[in-house]
Amino acid sequence: MSREGFVPPTTANLGNAASGIQSLKNYGVKYVCAQCAVNFSLSPKEPVRCKECGHRVLYKARTKRMVQFEAR
Amino acid sequence: MSNIVGIEHDRVTNTVSTDFPGYSIEANNEFDIEEFKKKFQINISYITERTANFDLIGIDTSIANAFRRIMIAEVPSVAAEHVYVFNNTSVIQDEVLAHRIGLIPLKVDPDTLTWVDQTVDEKDRFTDDNTIVLSLDVVCTKNPNAVPGDNRAENLYRNSNVYAKDLKFEPQGRQTETFEKNPVVPCDPNILLAKLRPGQEISLRVHCILGIGSDHAKFSPVSTASYRLLPVIDILKPIAGSDALEFQKCFPSGVIDIKENGEAFVKDARKDTVSREVLRHEKFNGKVKLGRQRDHFIFNVESTGAMPPEEIFFKSVRVLRNKAEYLRNCPIGNLN
Repeated sequence: MSREGFVPPTTANLGNAASGIQSLKNYGVKYVCAQCAVNFSLSPKEPVRCKECGHRVLYKARTKRMVQFEAR
Repeated sequence: MSNIVGIEHDRVTNTVSTDFPGYSIEANNEFDIEEFKKKFQINISYITERTANFDLIGIDTSIANAFRRIMIAEVPSVAAEHVYVFNNTSVIQDEVLAHRIGLIPLKVDPDTLTWVDQTVDEKDRFTDDNTIVLSLDVVCTKNPNAVPGDNRAENLYRNSNVYAKDLKFEPQGRQTETFEKNPVVPCDPNILLAKLRPGQEISLRVHCILGIGSDHAKFSPVSTASYRLLPVIDILKPIAGSDALEFQKCFPSGVIDIKENGEAFVKDARKDTVSREVLRHEKFNGKVKLGRQRDHFIFNVESTGAMPPEEIFFKSVRVLRNKAEYLRNCPIGNLN
């Protein structure tokens, strides 16, 4: 994309906020219950509670992405 | 000047070698290869799989020290360099785990790999010529057959301990043939890397490359490489009777022995640690002289296991020779 000049918004470069709808779907963040170790996802408005046992301490699940480290 | 470093109770004397040209009018001391060949000796005390102990006699400190330093810092060896973590839910952090993996000595002949060219684009940098890939995939689970009453983690869980032997070699390309006879394994299989509990998992890949110890200690092929000078004990006046027994006790066992007439004599000065204990006793004042022979180096080389210790020493000689060769070919100061 060119640095200078105005680029009119198209469906391709339109941000999620502007395009709306699709971002709402599957927005949940994955969590792991600290008590029963069950995996589930919560959306922003839901109460912070385990769906199985009701425990209120949750861990965020680790990213599925590969992370590179130097063995130093 | 004598070739013995004097050891007094509070200081060392005659430490500097003076056998170089221009120091005195009596001796020329110019380096002569034939003279050196006549004088120089190597005595091997023992060589095992991991350690070697040998003497270099009739060599200058600068050369002996160069060998020691090169063995530690400049003889190449293979170690883990890049760790690609896919999943690590253990309590040990990714960086710490990566560092621990890096320090594991690997049983790889360094001559089978080539140097990684850091100027090449990262995508093409690692090939089957210069990189060894290891993978570590461990998941801890509960042991269904656990013996009741035994609360040790090894009984309750499976894979509760992650060891160096869990690193699996993944031959790439031609490596299936080149490493067929001796696949890559850690030299010491039981190095503990991490501890897991049920539900925790480690999944990662490791790229191992060639490097030298001056870059990072993990690339050093030796655990220790050191030398000491041969101790010299001169008994100036005879020590006999009960004094001889006391004299014997000032040294490690086997250094001093007592003759049939009750007189102490030096049996094996090599075993001495030069603790100078004998110099603390007033009664031995003036009767004994401690020293070290300046051109007798007792080397002790301990390999990490990738190479036999004698090979590490040979390689250090080769590195030093290449350095000398380089210096000789430098245009500046080349008078010939």
